[in-house]
Amino acid sequence: MSGQTSGLAIETAGLVKTFGETRAVDGIDLSVPTGTVYGVLGPNGAGKTTAVKMLATLLRPDSGRARVFGHDVVREADAVRGRVSLTGQYASVDEDLTGAENLILLGRLLGHGRKAARERGDQLLAAFGLSDAAGKQVRHYSGGMRRRIDIAASILNTPDLLFLDEPTTGLDPRSRNQVWDIVRAVVAQGTTVLLTTQYLDEADRLASRIAVIDRGKVIAEGTKGELKASVGAGSVHVRLRDAAQRPRAAEVLRLALGADVQLDPDPVALTAPVGAGAAGGRGAAEQAARALADLARDGITVDDFALGQPSLDEVFLALTGHDTKAEDTTGPYVGTKDEAAA
Amino acid sequence: MSSTTTSTGSKELAPVSAESLAALLIAGERPPRPSALSASLTFGWRAILKIKHVPEQLFDVTAFPIMMVLMYTYLFGGALAGSPEEYIQFLLPGILVMSVVMITMYTGVSVNTDIEKGVFDRFRTLPIWRPSTMVGYLLGDALRYTIASVVMLTVGVVLGYRPDGGVGGVVAGIALLIVFSFAFSWVWTMFGLLLRTEKSVMGVSMMVIFPLTFLSNVFVDPTTMPGWLQAFVNNSPVTHLASAVRGLMAGDRPAADIVWSLGWAALFVLVFGPVTMRLYNRR
Repeated sequence: MSGQTSGLAIETAGLVKTFGETRAVDGIDLSVPTGTVYGVLGPNGAGKTTAVKMLATLLRPDSGRARVFGHDVVREADAVRGRVSLTGQYASVDEDLTGAENLILLGRLLGHGRKAARERGDQLLAAFGLSDAAGKQVRHYSGGMRRRIDIAASILNTPDLLFLDEPTTGLDPRSRNQVWDIVRAVVAQGTTVLLTTQYLDEADRLASRIAVIDRGKVIAEGTKGELKASVGAGSVHVRLRDAAQRPRAAEVLRLALGADVQLDPDPVALTAPVGAGAAGGRGAAEQAARALADLARDGITVDDFALGQPSLDEVFLALTGHDTKAEDTTGPYVGTKDEAAA
Repeated sequence: MSSTTTSTGSKELAPVSAESLAALLIAGERPPRPSALSASLTFGWRAILKIKHVPEQLFDVTAFPIMMVLMYTYLFGGALAGSPEEYIQFLLPGILVMSVVMITMYTGVSVNTDIEKGVFDRFRTLPIWRPSTMVGYLLGDALRYTIASVVMLTVGVVLGYRPDGGVGGVVAGIALLIVFSFAFSWVWTMFGLLLRTEKSVMGVSMMVIFPLTFLSNVFVDPTTMPGWLQAFVNNSPVTHLASAVRGLMAGDRPAADIVWSLGWAALFVLVFGPVTMRLYNRR
C-alpha cells in the first residue's frame, strides 16, 4: 500500500539479472510516477526487455527489489499480476486463433462471463478497426494489425500499469502513428505506461520522463528537456552541390557552430551538432541559420539542409562515449534514419 | 500527425476510434477472478480451437492408431495366437493403451513450441490459478486420447474384436486409460518446459516411451520372459494399465490393477505436477 500513497507505480532499487556471464540488468533504480508515460530508451541488448520481464513477474530478479503499486514483484506477484498487463516485443496473442477468439479467451481468463467476454471483444475489435478481420487467424494479420490486437488484449481489463515493450519496432510509419494514438488514449484514462523503445523520437513524443539504459545500467534519467539539454538540441545536416567544396564548408561550419564537423560517407554531405551550449547561447535553429548564411557568403552551394533532433546514436555518444552499434550483436540497428530526416 | 494517417491508401486499416476506445477504457470494471476450474476449462477450449483451426494435428490420433492396430494384429496374430482374429481379442486393449500412452508425448512438444511464442508470456502475467495453462493443454489432449480410442476400437471391431464387457466395460476401460494418460502427460509438460528444442523433447520422449510401452504385457504374456525382465515388466505402470483395461473390457473386475494404475497416475501428478509448475514459474 505504501506505493499508492507515495504516488509511484514502479519503484526499483538495485535490480539485477544475470544470464550466465552476462549481466543483462546490472543494478537499475527506477521511480515511475503513476498516470504518466515513462520511457525506457536503449539499443538492442541494453536490458530493456529483461527489466520489463522482471517488473511484469515473468523473471525473478537475482538481487535488488522491485515494487509495483507497492507490491513486491516476487513475494506479491499475484497482486502485481492483477494490476498490470504486458504487450511484448512479439505479438503476445495466439497466432492459431482468430482475433475475436483471442479476445474472448483472455476475457474469460480475466473473469468475464461468456457473453460479456464476447461483447467486450467485439467492442474492442470495433474500436481498433479490426471488425473485418475478427474471424481471421492472427497469423494472417499484418504487422500493424497484430500490434493492435495485442494492445487490445492488454486493455481488456483496463490495467493500472501497461508495459509496452518496443511497441512500434518493425512497423511502418503510419502504423506507428496509430499505435502512438492508442497509447495516448490509454494514458488519458489514467493508466500508467512503461514504454521501452529504441527510438528517441518515440520516447520524445510519448514519454514525460525518460531513462536511458545501456549495458544493463541507467546512464541518464530525467524529463525530455533535461535529457536533451545534456546532449544538445541535435544536428544540422548539409548537402552540397559540389564535393570539392566540402573541406571549405567543414571549416565554415566549424567556426560558425563552434563544434566538430562530421564528414558523412556521402562525399557531398556533412553533419554538425548544434545547440550544445556553444555559439553564444543561441537557439539551435538560429545557429543553423547563421551557419547557412556563412556558407552562402563563402560561395558554397547548399542543395539541401535539415535540422534534426539528436538521434539515439548521438545521445549515446554524448552520454557514454560509445555509439549504439559498438557491442550490438543482436541484429541490424535501425534507429536513427527517420529522426535525422525529420 | 494523426491527420496524415487517413489521407493515403484505401486498402489500409480502418483508423482507431479514439472515442469508443476511451469509452471502453472507462467502462472496464474488473470482474472477479475466474475459478481454477473455469480458467482450466478456458485453456481447454483454446486447445480445442487449435484443433479446429489446424485439423491436421489429429493425424497422430487417427492414422497412427489405425496403423498400429493393423500392423500388430496381422504381424503377430498368426504366430502368437493362431490367427489374427484370435490375437486381436488379447491385443486390442493393450495396443490401445500403448498407442494412447505414446500419443501423450505430443503434449511436451506443444508446450515446447508454445513457450517460444509471446502468448505464453501473456498467460504468465494473468492473475489466474497458475497450473490452469498446463491443465488446459491436458484437457485438450484428453479429447485427443478419446478420439484415438474410439478410432482404434472401431477398427478393432471391424477386424473382429468382441469385448465381453460390453459397452459399459469398454467405456470404463477408456475412462481409466484417459485418467492415466492425463496424469502421465505431466512428465511431458516437464520436459516441454525443461528442454530447449522441439527435437530434444521428441528425442527424450522416444527414449522413455519405447522401452516403457514395449517392455510390458501389451503384446505377449510375460511368463515366457527371463526373470529379470519379468521383474521389470510386471511392475511397469503400462502393464498394470494394460491389464486393467483388458480386464474391464473383458467384463472382469481387475481391482488390483485398477488400484495400481490409479496409484501410478497419482504419483505422476504429485511428482511431475509440482516440478512442471516450478519450471513454469521460473522461466
